[in-house]
Amino acid sequence: MVGVPAEHGLILAAILFALGLAGVLLRRNIVFILMALEIMLNAAGLAFVVAGARWAQPDGQIMFIFILTMAAAEVAVGLALVLQFYHRFKTLDADAASRMRG
Amino acid sequence: MLTLLWLIPALPLAGFLVLVSGGRNWSRPAVAAIGVGSVGLSALVAVAVGASFMLAPPQGEAYTQSLWTWMDVAGLNARIALRLDALALVMVLVVAVVSLLIHWYSAEFMIEEEGYGRFFAYMNLFVGSMLVLVLADNLLLLYLGWEGVGLCSYLLIGFWYKEPANGRAAQKAFIVTRVGDAAMAIGLFLLFNHLGTLQIQELLHRAGQQWPAGSGLAVAAAALLLGGAVGKSAQLPLQTWLPDAMAGPSPVSALIHAATMVTAGVYLIARMNVLFTLAPVVQSAVAVIGALTLLLAGFSALVQSDIKRVLAYSTISQIGYMFLALGVGAWSAAIFHFMIHAFFKALLFLAAGVVILRLHHEHDMFRMGGLRRRMPAVFWTFLIGCASLSAVPLVTAGFYSKDLILWQAWSSPAGGPWLFAAGLVGAFITSAYAFRMVFITFCGEPQPLVTQSSPLPRTGTSLAGPLVILAAASVVGGFVELPATLGHRPLFSDFLGSVLPSVRAARGSAATELALQVVSAAVCLAGIGLAYAMFLRQRAYAESLARSAWTRPLHRFWFGGWGFDWLYDRLFVRPIVWFARIDKNDFIDSLYQGVAWLSERCHRLLSRTQNGRLRWYAMGISAGAVIVIAIVVWL
Amino acid sequence: MTVLFYLSAIVAVVSTVLVITRTRAIHALLYLIVSLLAVALVFFSLGAHFIAALEVIIYAGAIMMLFVFMIMMLNLGTEAACQERQWLSGGMWVGPGILALLLGAELVYVIAGGGLTAVSAGQVSPKQVGIALFGPYLLGVELASLLLLVALIGAYHLGRREALTVHPETRVAPASRRCDSGVSGCTLIDVPKEEA
Repeated sequence: MVGVPAEHGLILAAILFALGLAGVLLRRNIVFILMALEIMLNAAGLAFVVAGARWAQPDGQIMFIFILTMAAAEVAVGLALVLQFYHRFKTLDADAASRMRG
Repeated sequence: MLTLLWLIPALPLAGFLVLVSGGRNWSRPAVAAIGVGSVGLSALVAVAVGASFMLAPPQGEAYTQSLWTWMDVAGLNARIALRLDALALVMVLVVAVVSLLIHWYSAEFMIEEEGYGRFFAYMNLFVGSMLVLVLADNLLLLYLGWEGVGLCSYLLIGFWYKEPANGRAAQKAFIVTRVGDAAMAIGLFLLFNHLGTLQIQELLHRAGQQWPAGSGLAVAAAALLLGGAVGKSAQLPLQTWLPDAMAGPSPVSALIHAATMVTAGVYLIARMNVLFTLAPVVQSAVAVIGALTLLLAGFSALVQSDIKRVLAYSTISQIGYMFLALGVGAWSAAIFHFMIHAFFKALLFLAAGVVILRLHHEHDMFRMGGLRRRMPAVFWTFLIGCASLSAVPLVTAGFYSKDLILWQAWSSPAGGPWLFAAGLVGAFITSAYAFRMVFITFCGEPQPLVTQSSPLPRTGTSLAGPLVILAAASVVGGFVELPATLGHRPLFSDFLGSVLPSVRAARGSAATELALQVVSAAVCLAGIGLAYAMFLRQRAYAESLARSAWTRPLHRFWFGGWGFDWLYDRLFVRPIVWFARIDKNDFIDSLYQGVAWLSERCHRLLSRTQNGRLRWYAMGISAGAVIVIAIVVWL
Repeated sequence: MTVLFYLSAIVAVVSTVLVITRTRAIHALLYLIVSLLAVALVFFSLGAHFIAALEVIIYAGAIMMLFVFMIMMLNLGTEAACQERQWLSGGMWVGPGILALLLGAELVYVIAGGGLTAVSAGQVSPKQVGIALFGPYLLGVELASLLLLVALIGAYHLGRREALTVHPETRVAPASRRCDSGVSGCTLIDVPKEEA
């Protein structure tokens, strides 16, 4: 309950966020990109909760609830889009959808 | 009557406008009626105005008619104003009457040519511009007329534009005179800048007051105006365009390049005589240029075979005489010679035109011959013209004018024996080449071309009329100025005395004058005799002389106009053409094109970053975030 | 508690690394679930019990299940794994690795240099969270519910087309057929092949 330095929590959040970013940039499969995106969102929420815990206020947790809600909504719509994508391009390669170029 | 002054230039200009708008569609007689009629009416008005002027001279011996203000900006108040004084009147009468005769002649001469309307339109524009030039009250209007005649010269030299050589000759004329015109324009700038006005009388008055004799500004201004005069009058070093300008029709050569345009330079110098008196250096330069040119052109005329080129070089030579007169201060003598020269040179060109026309546009004299019996009217008038040109003593007008110049060259303070000697040698060569022309073209055995073209049709009235009138003028025209030794009736100089100062003799007495006249008369006859011997009697000797080893290069040198064309080609034309060729792609323009090229390259480069790939964009976002955070944190 | 914190932190980092490096989708998903559970433990160690529970229930429970269903539906099998292995070749790591490293380093630098060596003080009970939700954050709650409704409708609409099973033989080249939603249901219409 006591004794965890807030900055360590934030550093953890930073590391997770960087890993998520690496995942987004690295993977070509859309599903994996979405997964990495979830990692990033989670890391951001972690930062909020750590901050809220540092001040012993509920605001951090409430922020995390909102982020959670948003992540849920995003995943729902996003996965529906992934299905559409798959049916259109017959592949899950993110680079296949590159017609808006030039 | 004097208020009709504006009609004199306006009528030909109106004729030009009418012909330009409709001349293509009208019949030849209608076009000729307008073309000749406008000049005819103008000449009529000129005579009436002249009579009124001489019988009842206006106040101050000059009449100014201001029409409207052309521009009034920054201290330059240029008006369209015409000023008639004695000098202008002489010029107007000569230009109008000679133009009328030549227009009458060309109505018949050009009857077969296409572009009849175009021809008369240009001729009318020319006459209008020339009249504006001589009547101009200020230098800006004079420059307008100057440019106008230059333009018409270009248009008319290149009249038969389908032949590329004619176009080139026209370009050459325009470009060479342009050099002179540029000098003149700079001279006008200088005059306006320092004297504050371009109105001629006012300008000369101020110059006389503000600039001491021999001051740098006066010398500069006079030299620049001389540059303009040299260009227009085809003197050294800008004389190369006139022989090639013979590519135009003969009436054009007669009007523009014999009687009127080329004498514009003489008029300019005479009009600005005060300025030249303020710059004695430049005035001596005028005399020297005149002397050198008359000799140079004379020698070249001696070896030409194209009849019109002989006359072209002759024109250059005779204008050299006028420049010589101007240079020694004999202003009225120069104008007198201008008048007489206009008569006989126009006559010679028109007569040569008839010969060329009848022999199917053959210009080479050596292919003619024996035309004396076949074209008697032309022969006699041509003979009279050549006699006047050679200044055959007593009976021709040329004698009086040329003799006056020679006497002034000897006796004037600015003259001297050397200038006189140059004039004398020139006179000898003049009569030699003039009668060479007569003998080769009209006498002797007819060449095959002539016998094939015989019998030649009778010269019609329109062609012969002007010839006869001009021949008469070439004979009696000189009697208005009788020298001291022959009755002393200087009517002409007296008439011009209100405008042009007279020169006082500095050396030599009446006896010297008589002696000099006898010498020049002898020289003239000697020249005729030489021509007779070489080209009528001993033709074979002349030909062998021309072909011998040591005369051949001399012959070629004189034939090519003393190598000026060659020199200018090497010195100016080739470097400019070379530069134009390497600049073919306009390297200055490539600077702007480079901007377009660069932006297109950048566009292509940046377009590559829009490759439509999701991860690439994500990479862009994160890279941007990294950089921004770095900037915020560390800078 | 601090030990719990550091342990679960290490687990979270390790499993996250494994998530982004797996070739099979299901494996990556399972590691993601592990990572989420570890983060829940981190929340617990910080005294945010309510959020720890939510993390498990909603994030690891619902959202990840969505992923599982998706992967099952897309049938990403062995050849997909091979594809992934191809795509994850060595050279691919350079760019993303450097960027992520830089970002992480910057963030760590900012955090560590900020001088906030504070200690977390006590836990926040669910009761406090509830009161705050129905108090100052009421509007946010309503908006969040609206958002969920929108996502529901959107997902339903977008996903509705998958109700149709397209026979493999009648399947034409991509981008040449378009679904038109009429009143009677989805029909496939042929459209002329657009220019690429």
